[in-house]
Amino acid sequence: MIRIRNVGHQIAGQSILQGVDLDIPQGGLTALVGPNGAGKSTLLSLVARLQTLQSGQIEINGRDLGQISHGDLAQLLAILPQVLTSTHRISVQDLVGFGRYPYSRGRLGPKDREIIADVLESFELQEIKHRFLDTLSGGQRQRAYTAMAWAQDTEYLLLDEPLNNLDIAASRSLMSRLKTLAAQQGRTIVIVLHDINYAAGYADHIVAMKAGRVETAGPPAEVVSEAFLRAVFDTDARVILEEERPLVVV
Amino acid sequence: MLRLRFLWLILALVVVSALFLTLGAKGSWSFTLLFRVQKLASLLLIGGAVSTATILFQTITHNRILTPSIMGFDALFLLILTLMIFGMGAGGYALVPKVTLFLINLILLTLASVALFTLLLRDQSSDLMRMVLTGIILGVLFRSLVLFIQRLIDPSEFAVLQSASFARFNKADPDLLLVSAALVCLTWGAVWRMRHRLDVLALGEVLPVSLGADPRRGQLVVLMLISVLVSVSTALVGPVAFLGLLVSSLTYRVIPSWHHGHLLPAAILIGGITLVGGQLVLERILHFETPLAVVVECLGGLVFLILILRKGST
Repeated sequence: MIRIRNVGHQIAGQSILQGVDLDIPQGGLTALVGPNGAGKSTLLSLVARLQTLQSGQIEINGRDLGQISHGDLAQLLAILPQVLTSTHRISVQDLVGFGRYPYSRGRLGPKDREIIADVLESFELQEIKHRFLDTLSGGQRQRAYTAMAWAQDTEYLLLDEPLNNLDIAASRSLMSRLKTLAAQQGRTIVIVLHDINYAAGYADHIVAMKAGRVETAGPPAEVVSEAFLRAVFDTDARVILEEERPLVVV
Repeated sequence: MLRLRFLWLILALVVVSALFLTLGAKGSWSFTLLFRVQKLASLLLIGGAVSTATILFQTITHNRILTPSIMGFDALFLLILTLMIFGMGAGGYALVPKVTLFLINLILLTLASVALFTLLLRDQSSDLMRMVLTGIILGVLFRSLVLFIQRLIDPSEFAVLQSASFARFNKADPDLLLVSAALVCLTWGAVWRMRHRLDVLALGEVLPVSLGADPRRGQLVVLMLISVLVSVSTALVGPVAFLGLLVSSLTYRVIPSWHHGHLLPAAILIGGITLVGGQLVLERILHFETPLAVVVECLGGLVFLILILRKGST
């Protein structure tokens, strides 16, 4: 479990997060939603130690985040940032191979190769594994990077808006793949999403943030409502129920 | 395919080196050979050191048109040298062994670059670009300070400084050469050990953290290694701004790989071929008196322009 207690963060005197208390449950898909500038990405980057914690406390599986070494953390938690750029030509297979770095330190063993082959298969990258990243479509590239993070074989995987620039088919297939894999392997995925319908449709748990605070958290069916949309996003949209899942009419 | 290209590179280096040693030798063979072996060694050392430093710098800055000299590394070396000559006077400077001076300069340069690094990266998450820009401005400052002090010192000190701070591929002090060779080999060893880590560091700012490679520490270590390499090449031959750029862009062309295990040896080979081959063509074939540094800078500058213009058009 990831325990976040009283976390605050300021950038250039501006408060980004204030007094964030949050427990991210073990297993399944947790979606972080909220309006732009709510502090979702900042919270995620603090949990992944991309930025230094200014105040408050974060614990992972009962261990204080600051006490975990870089090497150990990389075997426990992986993060995929929003903007992914690669300066050099690298093939899909090599990229996924980087996911094994925390274990292999660059020297891939037979077990690493086995895992890479498995991951390429579960993310349906077999056919394009020799293609270079810069020749891929946006959806394929996102899938390749996600596969890399998956190959890291960590208990926790943090994804920052992976659906950006993806069309509906690529988005749906990525979300359902993540949901299935997380359930199969008992991993915990925390994902920043913009579209409430994707959060409601695939996540087991929704955390809504607004203006640097956690507004509500719970299962989609309990959280997503017309009142919720008004409170968090300041918008009047109708919410209907479709097979027990709430659906926002946009 | 890569193996074949490496074979070609090695072959090319062997051929230019052999030609360099033998072509047009007159008089006593043993004397000529000894003289030329020394010169060859310093050319290979400098070529290898500058290209390694450039590849390392481009890896940690994720930018293929930056070089350590753009960031004022060699300007700082010259400033320290100038201050030493200014402080001790030409007489005092001549008394201290060259190797001692070199080592002092090396230590000061390393300390200065680490200080710059920690100062600029202290508060925010790796803002490497800010450090590079600051480095460019500081480089200008260092160069201006060097010019300023040159106005102040007396002519004999100025002459010492001139000969100590210009790119010259002909005279390298044998003791200095030996110390430099040892230092560069040690650095190469350290770089080779961290080649896999360099592959990860090249992935950007965030992914190395996620993969547990601690970019901040990696960048610090790499900057220290770069300081050693730049000190060596600047001490031996003076500043060569564009050689690294010329070699690194050739390397990425010839070896289309992201493995530093491939890139670094190739860069060392290509650096050697460029310098030795260039010197060979200039000296033995064209009988030019133009210093090689001028030609290398001219070619390197052209490559720089081409890289920038091509980046702009795509």
